[in-house]
Amino acid sequence: MKHRTFFWFFLPTGLAMFLFIALPIVSVVTQSVFAPHEAVLKTVENCTPLVGCTTETTIDQEATREIREAQPLGRFVGLDIYLDRGHLAIAELGEAWDTAETWGDFWDRLFNLPLYRALAFTLTFTFIVTPMLIVVGLMIALAVNSLHRHLKGLMIFFSLLPMIVTPLIGSLILFWMVDSRGIIGSALVGLAGDPNFSLKASTGLTWVMLIVYGIWHSAPFAFVVFYAGLQTLPKDQIEAAQIDGATRWQQIKYVVVPHLMPLVTFVALIQLMDNFRVFEPVVGFNASAHATSLSWIIFNDLGGETRQLSAASATSVLTIIGVAILLSPVLVRTWRDFKGK
Amino acid sequence: MASKAQRRPLGLSILIYGFVGLWFILAAFPFFWTLWGSFKVELDFFSIANWTNAITGERTKATYDSAFTGAAYHGAWVQEEFWRNVINTFMVCFFVVLTSLTIGTLGGYALSRSGYRYTFWLLITALIFRAMPPITLVAGYLLPFFEWNVWGILPTTIIVLVAINQPFTLWMLHSFFQNIPKELDESAKVDGCTQFQAFRHVIVPVMWPGVITTGLFSFLLAYNDFAVTAMLLSESNRTMVPAIAAFLGTTYTEGNVMFAVAAVVSATAPLFILVMFFQRQIVSGLTAGAVKG
Repeated sequence: MKHRTFFWFFLPTGLAMFLFIALPIVSVVTQSVFAPHEAVLKTVENCTPLVGCTTETTIDQEATREIREAQPLGRFVGLDIYLDRGHLAIAELGEAWDTAETWGDFWDRLFNLPLYRALAFTLTFTFIVTPMLIVVGLMIALAVNSLHRHLKGLMIFFSLLPMIVTPLIGSLILFWMVDSRGIIGSALVGLAGDPNFSLKASTGLTWVMLIVYGIWHSAPFAFVVFYAGLQTLPKDQIEAAQIDGATRWQQIKYVVVPHLMPLVTFVALIQLMDNFRVFEPVVGFNASAHATSLSWIIFNDLGGETRQLSAASATSVLTIIGVAILLSPVLVRTWRDFKGK
Repeated sequence: MASKAQRRPLGLSILIYGFVGLWFILAAFPFFWTLWGSFKVELDFFSIANWTNAITGERTKATYDSAFTGAAYHGAWVQEEFWRNVINTFMVCFFVVLTSLTIGTLGGYALSRSGYRYTFWLLITALIFRAMPPITLVAGYLLPFFEWNVWGILPTTIIVLVAINQPFTLWMLHSFFQNIPKELDESAKVDGCTQFQAFRHVIVPVMWPGVITTGLFSFLLAYNDFAVTAMLLSESNRTMVPAIAAFLGTTYTEGNVMFAVAAVVSATAPLFILVMFFQRQIVSGLTAGAVKG
C-alpha cells in the first residue's frame, strides 16, 4: 500500500487517538505542574474616629478573577504537587524514616499517606488476583473440557456472565449479598457466631472481599482462553504420555500446561493491565474507607464540588508511569523480536 | 469408545462434577438471587429477622398481598425516571459502535495491508494506549471541554469513548484482516480498482464476521464504562451505570435500595440476552488475539 493511501485510510482513527488520547496526556502532564491561583488578598485599614484604626484582610475579588483569566492554567509550581502530602509525600516520608522506631511503625505511617495506601492495595490486588485467576481459570477449563458436550455449552454461557456484566453492577450484586442482612452476610454472621460480624468493618476482610470479586470477575476470561487452547491440544502427545505411564497429574503438568504456556503469558499480560486499573469494585463495595486504588484517587479528586484538576493530574501521571513499568518487559521483548526480524 | 487408560476413576469424576457445580453456583447464583430479590420489598431482600424471608417474601405478602411486587421497578423506572438513562445508554452505545467500527475498519485494513515499518510502531502505540486506564485521561478532558462548552452532552462522550475504543478495535480488526488473503484485493487492483474500490467491493462483503465480533466488544466497552461517563456527562444526560452509582448515594439514606436493585437487574438483562445470542462470537473474539499468540 502506498504511503498516501495508507495516510487517508488511517487518518480518521489516527486523528481520534491523537486528539483524545495523545493530546490529553500532554494536557494532564501540563496540568500536573500548575496549581490553581491563590486568592489575591488585600489589606484595608479602616479608621473610625474615636475608636481607632483596624486592619482587615479581604479577598480582592477583581484582582483574583483577573489573574485567573490571564493564566487559566494556574501558577507554575514545578514538581511541588508530586511531592506534596497527597502524592509522593517526600517530607512526611523522610520524617517517618528518621523518627520511626521500628519497621512496623514506619509502615503504619506510610499507610496513612493516601498515595501509598492506594498503591499498596492496587499492587496487592494486581499481584494476587492475576495468578489466582489464571489457576482458577485453568481448573475450570480442565473440568469443563471433560464434561459431556451439551453441558459444555451451558457452562460456557453461565461462566461468561461474571465477566460480561458491568464491573460496577457485578460488584453491587455481590455487595448486596455479603451485606450483613444479605444472604452470604447472614450466613457468615451465623458461622462467626457474632451478631455484629461484618465484612465491611475490617481492612483485611475488605481486601479479601475485593480480591475474591476480582477473581470472580476475571477467571471466566482465563477459562475461555484456556478452553480454546485445550481444543487445539494434540491428541498424540497425550497418548504418548499415557503409553509412557504418566499419571493424570503428570499429563497435565508435562503436556497440557506447557502447551497452554503462550496463552498463560497472554492472559497474564491483559489481566495485569486490567487489574492495575481496579476502580469500580471500590465504589460498588463502598470500600473506600479500607481500600483505595490509584484510579479511585483520581476519580475522587475529579468528582465533587471542587474539581482538583492538578492533584488528579499528578496522580494520573504517576499511574501512567506505573502502567509503563508493568508493561516494559513486554515492550522490550516485542522490540527485540522486531529487531531480530 | 474411550480406552481403558482414558476412563476416569469414580473419585475423579465426583471431584470434577463437584468443582463444575461449585463454579456454576458461584457464576450464576448471584444473578438469579438478585433477580428474585428485586421483586421483593427491602425488608425481605435485606432481611434482619430471617434470611428465608428473601425466598418466601413474608413482608412483601404483608404489604402487597402477594409474594412478588413490581414496586421497585415502578420506583426506578417511573419515579426516578430510569428510562431516560436507558435511552441515553442505547444512544451512546449505538453511535460508539457505529463510529468506532467505521473508522476502525479503515484503519485496521490499512495496517494489515501496509508492509512498512511504521505500522509496527502504530500498533505498539495502540497497545500502550490500550494499557492506560481511561480515568487517567479524564483530567485532561475537563478544562478544554468546559472552555468550549461541550461538557456534559452525549456527543462529546461518544467521541471520547470512540477514541478510547480505537486501540482495541485496531488490534482486533488488524489481526482479522490479516487472515483475509491479500490476493483478493491485489487481483482487484490489477483489474483497475483503486485501493478504496478494492476495499469497498472485495473486502467489505467478506469482513462481516470479524466486524460483528469487534462490534460486540465495542458495545460492551461503551455499555460498561463508568469512569468516563460519570465524569463527562451532566446529571440529565447520564447513562445507566453512572445513574445507578448516583442512586446509591441518595438511596442508602432514603431507604430506596430496592430502586437500585431493580435498576441493576434492568441493566443486566440486555447483557444476558447479548451473551445468549452472541456466545460464539464473544468466545471467538476473546480467543482471537490469544490463540494466534
